[in-house]
Amino acid sequence: MKKSALKKIWIGAMLAAFVPLAFAAPQAPPSRVQKPHAAQAASSAPQMPRYRFENFTTANGLPDNHVFAVLVDGDRVWAGTEDGLAVYENHAWKIYTTKDGLAHRAVLSLALDKRTGDVWAGTMGGLSRISGGRIDSYTQLNSGLSNDVVYGVSVEGENVWVATAAGGCRLNTRTGQWALYNERNTPMIEIWTYGVSATPTKVYYAVWGSGILEYDQQTRRWDKYEDPDGENEMVLFKDQGLIHEIVTSVSYVDNILWVATYFGDSRYDGRYWHNFLTKDSGLPSNFTNFVKGLDSKRAWFCTDKGLAYYDGVNWAVYRPSLTTGKPEMTVRDAQGKVTPVAVSTAPAHNYVLGIDFQGDDIWVATAKGLSHGFRQP
Amino acid sequence: MRSRIQTAWVTGLAAALFTFVLWPVVDRPVQANAVDAQDYASPLEVLLSPDGARLYVLCQQSEEIRVLDAGSYAVIGKIPVGRVPRGFSLSPDGTRLFVTNSWDDTLSVIDTNALAVAATWPVGAEPSSVVEDLAGKRLFVANRVSNDVAVLDARTGVEEKRLLAGRGVSYLALSPDGSRIYATHVYPNMLPRRTGLENRMAPESEITVIDVARAVVVDRMPLHAIAGVFHVALSADGRLGVVAELHPKNLVPLAHLEHGGAFEDTITLFGADVGKTVEVPLDELERYASQPFGVAIAPDKSRIYVTSGGSEMVTVVDVPRLLRYIHAHPRPFVQDLSASANYVVTRIAVGHNPRGLTLSRDGRRLFVANRLEDTVSVIDTRSNRVASTITLDGPKTISVLRHGEQTFYTARYSFQGQIGCSSCHIDSTFDGMTWDLEPDGFGRDIVDNKLLEDIKDTEPYKWTGTNPDIPTECGPRTEKYFWRSETYDNLTLAHLAVYVRSLPPRPNRWRLPNGELAPAQERGKALFERTVDKFGNPIAEANRCSYCHSGPKGTNQKIFEVGTRKPTDNTGRLKSAPLSNIALSAPYLHDGSARTLEEIWTVYNPDDKHGRTNDLTKDELNDLIEYLRTR
Repeated sequence: MKKSALKKIWIGAMLAAFVPLAFAAPQAPPSRVQKPHAAQAASSAPQMPRYRFENFTTANGLPDNHVFAVLVDGDRVWAGTEDGLAVYENHAWKIYTTKDGLAHRAVLSLALDKRTGDVWAGTMGGLSRISGGRIDSYTQLNSGLSNDVVYGVSVEGENVWVATAAGGCRLNTRTGQWALYNERNTPMIEIWTYGVSATPTKVYYAVWGSGILEYDQQTRRWDKYEDPDGENEMVLFKDQGLIHEIVTSVSYVDNILWVATYFGDSRYDGRYWHNFLTKDSGLPSNFTNFVKGLDSKRAWFCTDKGLAYYDGVNWAVYRPSLTTGKPEMTVRDAQGKVTPVAVSTAPAHNYVLGIDFQGDDIWVATAKGLSHGFRQP
Repeated sequence: MRSRIQTAWVTGLAAALFTFVLWPVVDRPVQANAVDAQDYASPLEVLLSPDGARLYVLCQQSEEIRVLDAGSYAVIGKIPVGRVPRGFSLSPDGTRLFVTNSWDDTLSVIDTNALAVAATWPVGAEPSSVVEDLAGKRLFVANRVSNDVAVLDARTGVEEKRLLAGRGVSYLALSPDGSRIYATHVYPNMLPRRTGLENRMAPESEITVIDVARAVVVDRMPLHAIAGVFHVALSADGRLGVVAELHPKNLVPLAHLEHGGAFEDTITLFGADVGKTVEVPLDELERYASQPFGVAIAPDKSRIYVTSGGSEMVTVVDVPRLLRYIHAHPRPFVQDLSASANYVVTRIAVGHNPRGLTLSRDGRRLFVANRLEDTVSVIDTRSNRVASTITLDGPKTISVLRHGEQTFYTARYSFQGQIGCSSCHIDSTFDGMTWDLEPDGFGRDIVDNKLLEDIKDTEPYKWTGTNPDIPTECGPRTEKYFWRSETYDNLTLAHLAVYVRSLPPRPNRWRLPNGELAPAQERGKALFERTVDKFGNPIAEANRCSYCHSGPKGTNQKIFEVGTRKPTDNTGRLKSAPLSNIALSAPYLHDGSARTLEEIWTVYNPDDKHGRTNDLTKDELNDLIEYLRTR
């Protein structure tokens, strides 16, 4: 729902009329958790992808266990860690540091230019381009970059879109020109941009405390989406709009916008919103760091309490158990029935920060290591 | 080149200069004929057709391709192309000749049967060389100003993408198996910002390796301490590659020429035959191979041939001896001027400013383009002698400009023939380097090498503005501090000054085609011209951009202190620098300490002495820079 004066009036009227109904609205049925049993799960629960996880930490090559971002480029896997950029190739890690020209040791975000093979890394100290082993870094001092804290980066054609702590930027790699987007030339209230997803038609920014910013590539106009409930934590009407103002990640795929916030997640098809909360979905937590849409129906959610997969109907959660630390997988069907699935491995940690895909396999960035999930038959 | 130097303009300029500027230093009548520059062909590159029947000659100044019979050297045709052509190559089947036109940013596609341009395609900024893949599907174009290699559809010319290359990428070579393209670049890559000895770093360059099938950069072979890499060639078996390059010694005062303290002229070898890249000198004691440019490897890999534009010769290297030497001795070799005696067979004198070269398929004839002599030397590779010289029917007399240009490019005036003006001013531009020029001690008065274009009427010269005119800049100063040897006679100095003053600016790539400013540039122009800061306070005249950088060339030619003096500088008083094509000539400030235009103000203007800028927001500073790029 796009915010406008008319909408605000309308929302106010609707609030007055329907708040009591909203609070009385039926909730999703509570989850019914059964004991783990592989055979039972196979027979009754939806078939959701299963993985055997192998975890990488400093013990086997990572420069740091805090992995903020992961990016798959064919046979290579890039990991943005708190102490350098690591690339896994031919069963060995190679580490890039500030000595190699990296803008800062803490790498927060990664993006691949599929045309050229160049990798773009957002760091706590600028934006770095890794091309054929050479690193060129852009900072707020040596370039038009608006701020050195780069939370998000996305490549679209010859443009690199950047989400920083002081607004968005677009670098045209052909001309070297920078365009800055902030409160002066967009409907952005806060300028703390946390993530960006750029495509040839639309560009979306996740703005901390200011919802979602949308740029139409054809009309070159900005618009924004905000939580109709403002900064309140409550949701008055289900699916009435963006779930929350504090947006951490966006992923635009197949004309569908997937949104992660610290208070639930959203899916927007251009007309209707659908929101996800723990109480009415299979999300393990409303605190979501990162979202990645596979297509219009399927998406992965990286939360502080595990990794979640949504296939459009059912949910699967992968994590070490919150109580025992043992590997855990659960499947939630459309009716809210939760079925444990017996597994022997799990991602390295519950606090999940990123995901990318290598064929049927997944790579997962967590607060205590990088995990390679081998898809099981 | 017809549009670069207009007939009347050249004649008038020469007359005016001799009358008013150079008159005092000319002590004998000028004998040179005032021939128009456009009458010269200035052959830069040569190619043989796959069947060896035709010799193609890229004539940069007459802006055409000459087609000669490779047996009789008779002219078969002349094909006009675009402005200032710089590189060319044939399709694998020889039916199409691709020519990069560096000043109008186009590619001419010549039908070699019709001997006519079949298509002209837009490409990137200052295209300098081109190769087609063996499948005939893609073209790769090196764009010197945009620092990238464009990937084009070979049939339609539609650009698919651009690959990041080295700064000033200019030369390409396809491996014999067609799997790799090797790209070299003429300006060193920008290094990360330094601390301490921040503007006294050795340069870094690279050989960019492109996977042809995927059209992506897969490797960058580092070339440490190299700035200025030119042609690249590969052996027929693909196991040996070679590039011609400059190895500047910018960390010691350039005045120490007598100690060999300016440049090494070297080649770097790469490939399976040598393993890691290895740099070897072409110079020898008291005899330098100044400004290596073109390279070719004999079909049987027995010889490497290298042109030296400043030394007017071709160096012949025995490859087996070179490989034995490399494998038998510990690296590095570059500082050892006795090394070349182990593998240099001979040095063959050719014409003025030899550049591109090509071998016949049997390896018996080597064709060398003598750019400033309008000839092609044909060398018999068995005798290592010039067997014949093909004249391109240029003027019989030497014009003032041509003589000045020859003086600019030759190394004959410097001690032991080590360097010429063009060693640092590559293709009459700059070299992207900072230098320790004066004999005032190591590390004092480090200066950035400025772009030479469009410097007419911007005197005084030098960063400190202590040279009142070009004859002083090019004469006593150069002779005393740099050449340490022969001085110019007054006529030669006058011609050199005429040539330097004649250098026009290249087309500005940041301006819109219609000459108008884009919105960001327009906003930046307003900031450039403002007289009041954002708080409503008047900006003092000397603290406005538009005061010091006034006029069409962006300088009021006065001396200012702008707060950039370093502890190693003898003075902080500097002449306001011209702004012509300022976007091209990084690094910035007198000592090159600002790597980018942004750093001039984000790092080196804390007290607003270099213009009132600290009230600007980041997007406003970006606008200001967008405007500066249009100058």
